Amino acid sequence: MSATAVHSLWTTAAEPIAKIPAPHIEYTQLAPVLIVIGAAIVSVLVEAFVPRKGRYLGQVFLSVLALAAAFAAVVGLAAGGYGTTKAHIAAMGAIAVDGPALFLQGTILLASIVAIFTFAERRLDPADHGHKVDSFAAEAAAVPGSEQEKAAVKAGFTTTEVFPLALFAIAGMLVFPAANDLLTLFVALEVFSLPLYLLCAVARRKRLMSQEAAVKYFLLGAFSSAFLLFGIALLYGYAGSVSYATIADVVDGSIASVDPALADTMGNDALLLIGFAMVLTGLLFKVGAVPFHMWTPDVYQGAPTPVTGFMAAATKVAAFGALLRLLYVVLPGLTWDWRPVMWGVAIVTMLGGAIVAITQTDIKRLLAYSSIAHAGFLLAGVIAATPTGISSVLFYLGAYSFVTIGAFAVVTLVRDAGGEATHLSKWGGLGRRSPLVAAVFAVFLLAFAGIPLTSGFSGKFAVFSAAAESGAGALVVVGVISSAIAAFFYIRVIVLMFFSEPKADGPTVAVPSALTTLTITVGVAVTLVLGLAPQYFLDLANQASVFVR
Amino acid sequence: MENLIALLVGAPLLGAAVLLCGGRRLDKSGHWLGTLLAAVSFFIGLALFADMLGKGAEDRAMHQRLFTWISVDGFQADIAFQLDQLSMTFVLLITGVGTLIHVYSIGYMEHDERRRRFFGYLNLFVAAMLLLVLADNFLLLYFGWEGVGLASYLLIGFWQHKPTAATAAKKAFLVNRVGDMGLSIAIMLMFTTFGTFAFGPVFAATDEASEGKLTAIGLMLLLAACGKSAQVPLQSWLGDAMEGPTPVSALIHAATMVTAGVYLIVRSADIFNAAPDAQLVVTVVGAVTLLFGAIVGCAKDDIKKALAGSTMSQIGYMILAAGLGPIGYAFAIMHLVTHGFFKAGLFLGAGSVMHGMNDEVDMRRYGGLRKYMPVTFATFGLGYLAIIGFPGLSGFFSKDKIIEAAFAKGGTEGWILGSVTLLGAAITAYYMTRVMLMTFFGEKRWQPDAEGHAPHPHESPKSMTIPMVLLAFGSVFAGAFFGIGDRFVAWLEPVTNFEHGHPPISAGAITGATVAVMVIGVGIAYLQYGRRPVPVVAPRGSLLTRAARRDLLQDDFNHAVFVTGGTHLTRSLVYVDHTLVDGVVNGTAASVGGLSGRLRKLQNGYARTYAVSMFGGTAVLIAATLLMRAV
Repeated sequence: MSATAVHSLWTTAAEPIAKIPAPHIEYTQLAPVLIVIGAAIVSVLVEAFVPRKGRYLGQVFLSVLALAAAFAAVVGLAAGGYGTTKAHIAAMGAIAVDGPALFLQGTILLASIVAIFTFAERRLDPADHGHKVDSFAAEAAAVPGSEQEKAAVKAGFTTTEVFPLALFAIAGMLVFPAANDLLTLFVALEVFSLPLYLLCAVARRKRLMSQEAAVKYFLLGAFSSAFLLFGIALLYGYAGSVSYATIADVVDGSIASVDPALADTMGNDALLLIGFAMVLTGLLFKVGAVPFHMWTPDVYQGAPTPVTGFMAAATKVAAFGALLRLLYVVLPGLTWDWRPVMWGVAIVTMLGGAIVAITQTDIKRLLAYSSIAHAGFLLAGVIAATPTGISSVLFYLGAYSFVTIGAFAVVTLVRDAGGEATHLSKWGGLGRRSPLVAAVFAVFLLAFAGIPLTSGFSGKFAVFSAAAESGAGALVVVGVISSAIAAFFYIRVIVLMFFSEPKADGPTVAVPSALTTLTITVGVAVTLVLGLAPQYFLDLANQASVFVR
Repeated sequence: MENLIALLVGAPLLGAAVLLCGGRRLDKSGHWLGTLLAAVSFFIGLALFADMLGKGAEDRAMHQRLFTWISVDGFQADIAFQLDQLSMTFVLLITGVGTLIHVYSIGYMEHDERRRRFFGYLNLFVAAMLLLVLADNFLLLYFGWEGVGLASYLLIGFWQHKPTAATAAKKAFLVNRVGDMGLSIAIMLMFTTFGTFAFGPVFAATDEASEGKLTAIGLMLLLAACGKSAQVPLQSWLGDAMEGPTPVSALIHAATMVTAGVYLIVRSADIFNAAPDAQLVVTVVGAVTLLFGAIVGCAKDDIKKALAGSTMSQIGYMILAAGLGPIGYAFAIMHLVTHGFFKAGLFLGAGSVMHGMNDEVDMRRYGGLRKYMPVTFATFGLGYLAIIGFPGLSGFFSKDKIIEAAFAKGGTEGWILGSVTLLGAAITAYYMTRVMLMTFFGEKRWQPDAEGHAPHPHESPKSMTIPMVLLAFGSVFAGAFFGIGDRFVAWLEPVTNFEHGHPPISAGAITGATVAVMVIGVGIAYLQYGRRPVPVVAPRGSLLTRAARRDLLQDDFNHAVFVTGGTHLTRSLVYVDHTLVDGVVNGTAASVGGLSGRLRKLQNGYARTYAVSMFGGTAVLIAATLLMRAV
């Protein structure tokens, strides 16, 4: 190192510390996120200090309270005009407070509350050694089948750590769609992904499958994060900044000055396009679009079902939020570059999800492929590149997340000696045995299939009409064909439940506590309300459909 | 006040929901709840009626908009209500008679173990019927229309353990589908013609549409009316519908639902006024059905089926009047209301007789019941006098006006229609006298039932007789109340308009003729059934009698033309479907399934394969993005 360089380092270090400005944080406007993070930290302390007996109640109470408070904060902000007129960028340009962010945060919080109810359900399995059990392993660290595990079961341990993990994940999800620079995006992604990997691994039954799912999810998640991070680096090289607004300005040419340190790379379109494609990879992985979808069936099947429901709903909302913001805020100048590519992704996702679902024999895998097909439908709305496109995706996400959580909650009820009976053959004749449960599940399936009078129809109608208006007629045709294919396997399950004879050794339907009942009731209610009277919510999504820059 | 309109529908709907979802807990109390909610609806109706009377004639119509169900540009489906004088009349009839029949059913269905469900269906019917008459657009009307159809289906087949009841329900449902198609096509035509199906805008725009289109809409509406109101050619279901419990026959298949067709035509008056051809067809349908129902009614030995024929015939009068245009609308509705009273009363009386006679329905096995069931005899008798048009009673006023209006149509048509209505009046007097004599007079011809129990006729309990007495009041006084001083016409005038018809002969002469033919009808019936003993086994009868016993061969006709023809058509279609369509469909399905099976193998469970897929995907994404820029 030369003497001058050393000198310059020295002088830099010698600058008075006082000149570093304290970041300006708008605490009230970030309240939803802060409340959930605060609750997550308190929740860790509860794990550490509260005696085992009181943890379960304390954690459930704390989680629900925090999520409800955060939701109230979101509503407060929206009522205060932060979704429309007062929308702006907070936290030194890191986080956007605007309509889509608040709408999606609200959706995530509501979905999380009902998901937490299913986490807390302890009446489905018969009591083990006199202790009530939930869906999670007695001691996640114990090797499956080991003496240690048996001892933990005997002692009645439960993994109440799932609550702080879920809270951290929710906090990350809240930031994800609001992230306004690429680094915040990445940090939020990791904050919600890591707890999810863990949550996938802690199933009480079929633990090996659960752990396998978690490892696969982790490996592939890390792989996709690598793409994302590399893409961020390339975009920084292109624009000299990670801020969405700055990148957008460079893309459309309103910033022409070149940072001397990046003279070789700035403004190089190859970096922009490659970087964009790689960031897209990271996000498409999270939404489960083909060909980045392959983790979905394995993980959905292996994870504890309440976690699957939570993940399928909330992750999708957060990831689509981030995707929308990326495409609409950073790259509006690139619409002509990304639309054809996304067309392709949407088409293979819709068709791929629907086609492969046909031959599935496990209800959780079936729902996983269905979620892939739905990601395709949502992408059709994203591609519209119009405000109606945004609002239709927002509405669809709200509708879809409650159907999903409700459907997975029903899956937790149908059980035999080995825990949940997820093989489709066991669902035969369920309608004869438990007409109510089967009818409720049928409602969810009809909503998935997009049959009128359910939220699924309103949502699909919204995204397809937005896509058609924007000139993507061919995409709509593919979408409708996929819907027709998808309808086949949804209806097949209904036929199976209602029109085949129940088997003698078929599963029983567990009588849940008020928690799961509430989750399912909310799911059905939202499904029907959004199907029968969607207008109010469509208007709400419309109002919320403007991104701040 | 207008905010109460939704409650009219809401109360019985709540009842239906609670009763049908409530389960066995409500078995003991359900019928009280159902009756209470029907009564609540009636009292809300009365309150709205009182409020309406307080306003001037022109601003009596009230509107309530609940919400927009669907709004896509140009297509606006509102859940909204309109309560004007016409709807009000129906509301009072439906909830008033409906409540009485709920009360009656408490006694009638006492021993039925599915009584709670029965009341749930009744409530459902009342809610749907109210929706039908309160809707402010044709789409919502259609919703109510289908709702009453459903309730009717469920109630006809209520005793589903009887194959005849199940078949009758199915028949009613299928025949009604034909009519319902007419209504849905009419609504579609309205939408393409006017761009809306809300009452106000459609009726305001009838001047702008071509007469051809209006005629098409009118004929489709008429088809719908034929289905629901059992008019020729869709009349075949009503007789079989008598398989349902008697209160159902009284409420749905006599007083209210079957008159929905009349409501539809009167409500669409603006369309029909502008389409004279459609109006002519309406009058023809009315005239034909009027005679058809009356002839069938003469031949039936089943008391309820005789009354069903009569219902068909009386609705024929109403349809005919509605087809006459502004000179007839008000009288159609007036006859509808008076008919609602006396026909419901007659059916309840028939139910009471059956109740006392071990559920026997064959009038040849009745006879001499007047001493054993005095209240039933008196109320039935008053209903009888009302329907034959005995001077001073309800039917006299309303039917006489229709006959006058028919003559006033003018020209040859007027003479034909007038004569048909007069002839119908004579036959009405004949068959009703026959029912009366066979049931309440003459020798006892009672037979033991299938299990060998001899009947012990007795008067029915209070819960059944009180509604009958109240309806008898209506049968006696409603006509005079409505008719004298044209009170009813003045009430409806703002909605339906009214023109005084001018018959070619004096009104007094027509009234005289009406009374004369009535006396002739009664006289012939008396000679046949009052002077001579009635055989217990029906004699062979003339060709016409035998045909009339078979409902003038309607089922044979339908079977020969539609069933056989339809079977051949479907067989050939099935052949095409199997060979051609299924080939394509199954081929597609098989190839999709095969593709699915192959793609599924890609999902091999190895994380490395998944990673490769992601890597490949990213590579393609990058390549595609760059390529897009290059081209």
